[in-house]
Amino acid sequence: MTIAPSLSRQQPAASVHPGPLLKVEDLSIEFGPKGTAVRVVEGVSFTIDTGAAVGIVGESGSGKSMTSLAVMGLIPSPPGRIATGRILFEGVDLLGLPRSRMPEIRGRDIAMIFQEPMSSLNPVMTIGDQIGEAIKLHQKMGREERRQRVVELLKLVGIPDPERRLGAYPHQFSGGMRQRVMIAMAVACNPKLLIADEPTTALDVTIQAQVLELMHKIRRTLNTTILLISHDLGVIADICERVIVMYAGKVVEDADVKTIFRSPKHPYTRGLLQSIPRLKDENTRLYQIPGMVPLPGTIKQGCPFFPRCPDRIDKCARETPPLLEITPQQKAACWVSAGATS
Amino acid sequence: MTILPGSVGTLSASDDIEHAIAPEPGRTALLKDMLFGQASTIFAFSVVVIFLLVAILAPWLAPYDPLAQSILSINKQPSWAHWLGTDQFGRDVLSRMIHGSRNSLLFGLISPALAAFFGTILGVTAGYFGGVIDRVISRVVDLLLAFPELLLAIMIAAVLGGAFWNIIAVITVAFVPGFARVARASTLAVKQEPYIEAAVAVGLRTPTIIIRHVIPNIAAPILVLMTLWVASAIRLEASLSFLGIGTRAPNPSWGNIIRDGLNNLFGSPWPIIAAGFAITCVVLSFNLMGDAVRDVLDPETTR
Amino acid sequence: MLYRLADAIPTIWLVLTLVFIAMRILPGDPAIAALGDGALPEQLAEFREKMGLNVPIWQQYFNFLIGTLTLDFGKSYMNGAPVLDLIARNLPYTIQLTVAAMILGTVIGIPFGVLAAVKRGKLPDSGMRIFSLVGYAVPDFYLGALFLIGFALNLRWFPINGAGSGFFDILHHLFLPALTLALVKAAFIGRLTRTSVLEVLGKDYVRTARAKGARENRVIYRHALRNALLPLATGMGLSLLATLSGSVAVELVFNRPGIGRLLIQSITERDYGVIQGGVVVFALMVVFVNLMMDLLYVVIDPRIRVK
Repeated sequence: MTIAPSLSRQQPAASVHPGPLLKVEDLSIEFGPKGTAVRVVEGVSFTIDTGAAVGIVGESGSGKSMTSLAVMGLIPSPPGRIATGRILFEGVDLLGLPRSRMPEIRGRDIAMIFQEPMSSLNPVMTIGDQIGEAIKLHQKMGREERRQRVVELLKLVGIPDPERRLGAYPHQFSGGMRQRVMIAMAVACNPKLLIADEPTTALDVTIQAQVLELMHKIRRTLNTTILLISHDLGVIADICERVIVMYAGKVVEDADVKTIFRSPKHPYTRGLLQSIPRLKDENTRLYQIPGMVPLPGTIKQGCPFFPRCPDRIDKCARETPPLLEITPQQKAACWVSAGATS
Repeated sequence: MTILPGSVGTLSASDDIEHAIAPEPGRTALLKDMLFGQASTIFAFSVVVIFLLVAILAPWLAPYDPLAQSILSINKQPSWAHWLGTDQFGRDVLSRMIHGSRNSLLFGLISPALAAFFGTILGVTAGYFGGVIDRVISRVVDLLLAFPELLLAIMIAAVLGGAFWNIIAVITVAFVPGFARVARASTLAVKQEPYIEAAVAVGLRTPTIIIRHVIPNIAAPILVLMTLWVASAIRLEASLSFLGIGTRAPNPSWGNIIRDGLNNLFGSPWPIIAAGFAITCVVLSFNLMGDAVRDVLDPETTR
Repeated sequence: MLYRLADAIPTIWLVLTLVFIAMRILPGDPAIAALGDGALPEQLAEFREKMGLNVPIWQQYFNFLIGTLTLDFGKSYMNGAPVLDLIARNLPYTIQLTVAAMILGTVIGIPFGVLAAVKRGKLPDSGMRIFSLVGYAVPDFYLGALFLIGFALNLRWFPINGAGSGFFDILHHLFLPALTLALVKAAFIGRLTRTSVLEVLGKDYVRTARAKGARENRVIYRHALRNALLPLATGMGLSLLATLSGSVAVELVFNRPGIGRLLIQSITERDYGVIQGGVVVFALMVVFVNLMMDLLYVVIDPRIRVK
């Protein structure tokens, strides 16, 4: 596959900003009216360097999707609201920007792919128009030039016969093809950061592999920094070098993918790893973490994983463990891993 | 119906937490909504009660004979003697309004009830027996549903003429298709229920099954529709009377008071203003009551 | 598409048959129904002769169908003018009024509905609620009469009757009647727009549009509204027909020529031929509007186009 020349021409000039591309600091997100608000994300901090691929893993309700929507400035508000924290993109606090500035950044600097390819495309617009719109919103370009670019993008994401498919409507595409269209739309302006929220969850297994392969290709060709949200550690390991584990709205572990597979430090991460099916030992029953994810707002003090934790000590019930650095490559929010004893 | 404040406890750990919490408005907004909601229900209820009392007690309440003409007092402005003035024949407008309420009430109640009766028969027959009967009834009902009620009523009135029972028939026929459709759909749903199968298995006769088991189970949506259409029936009667094909002069009705008023525009605007205001208030109130009944009886369909 | 057109034919046949049954069979003797109980035998005979009622019923039915298909509705019993001429003379006024009301009502209703949806729970939303409650309750002829008294009679801004001639004169005569129907329509369209926009704004593709960097106005008008138009199209069809039936009363209020007034007048004059023609024309208009709505669907929703 050859890289279309215009795609590489669009490459942003090397970032002048020295620090990490994205830095999230102490982010908390609340839902509901003030006073009775429920925190679905609490005190989340992490950084993503330019060119990196980082995954966030967690169960449903862990706050991982909300965290990514917060970066996009797309928390549904009301009832949602960002209670505390900063989101620094190339050193600029996105939360401090006036509301009217966010649309300039969305789609151009930060783009997003969503979980539901079936419903995420506008059913009454042709896919050519939908991808074209993403370009039109951020770049001055003639009609014909834009059309050419859409064709290139469709080629890039592997849609056969792109010239003809331009005028097709979403319902004429399969789920996998729609997700390719979504990806084409997201990378249309060569974003610096691409957020993919469960991009493969709604797809068949074989299609999943193809879409993951496409993500690799996007990364290779466009040099895009990727933030991948998934409940599936396997998917994350396929794409990312680093993984952030979230549980009940908090980051519980943050480490290299290799490190985390070799020696997970948080008992929740261990549980997750044990629940991945393996080909070798097909006789053993798949591990299941006992209990349920607590409802947001129900944990008042102590470690949120305490009720389900096999290794818990008394301290865990009283004090919430902060994210502690265990090695330079690995942080975990666990008293036991940090060396505490009852 | 009412969402209690702080009902966050029903939250499930679903993926999009926003959805679970999203519908809950702020406390003040909720309180305002409840008060406003209640205020409008109280308003509607009061208007309906006053309307019913006026209609029932009309002969005792009306200060004058609604038909008595007087050349001496033509087109009088409102005064203590004639609160709403008089019309071009010197008749007391207030008395005509009071007596006119009886027509509105009569048509408003009888027509939806009759339409519910016939519509239910048609709909249940179509839904229960299916086959050719269903196809014929459904086709005709669909066709009639394409016509706005007023237009259908005008067309039927054009053909039949406007005696009392004709108007009842006209409004009834205009409403029957709506009831038939709802009754048919509900019957189709009920027919799938195990208790109908059981009744058939036990060997109950078809009419018994329909009357004892089908009808009671489709009563709620029919009743809701009936209350909602009281308002439409009152409006429809007013429109037909206004067009001169409903209640005929000199017999007063709110619709033909406005009709007479239009012929006497340079005389006095009060009959038009008063009668139209009465129609609007009563229709508005019955609409609000209908919504309230629907909320109670059929919470699933609440918008 | 062709199927839908073909489907209209049995519908028209059914409508005509129902009209025929209603006019010729249900009243018993249509001559007595038309002329009243007090009519003399000679009058009845003459009426039957003129209206073609003295042939067997199946032949009447046949003649009726053929007549309608060839647009021959017979002659007015009152003045002998061909019914088709009367209809042709009055129909343009009704169409003028209905179309003007439709445009005005949409122009008022849709932005108001969108505003109510976007400012949900705020002042414009409450305004919409009150507007739609009153709009559902107020009879159009009353609203028209109030406008007539206020703006035409007292302020003398508008003429009190007729339809006018010449472009601006026609618009001048059209404004109040059209506004009357439009406000009632706007209450309905506004409410409907609010509901469907609210529903669409929660959809995933709206989030996608925002993620692309589309600004709120573009999200609402390019992405949400176009999808909200789908349910709106049905509602518009219903409301177009409601406006058509409302035009009958409004034509009477403003003393405007039109099909509605022609029909009402013929009812009071018991002009059997005109009644029959008017009823058929209204019935065909309803079928036509429904057909147009079906076709409009196909244009708006690409999913139907392909099937």
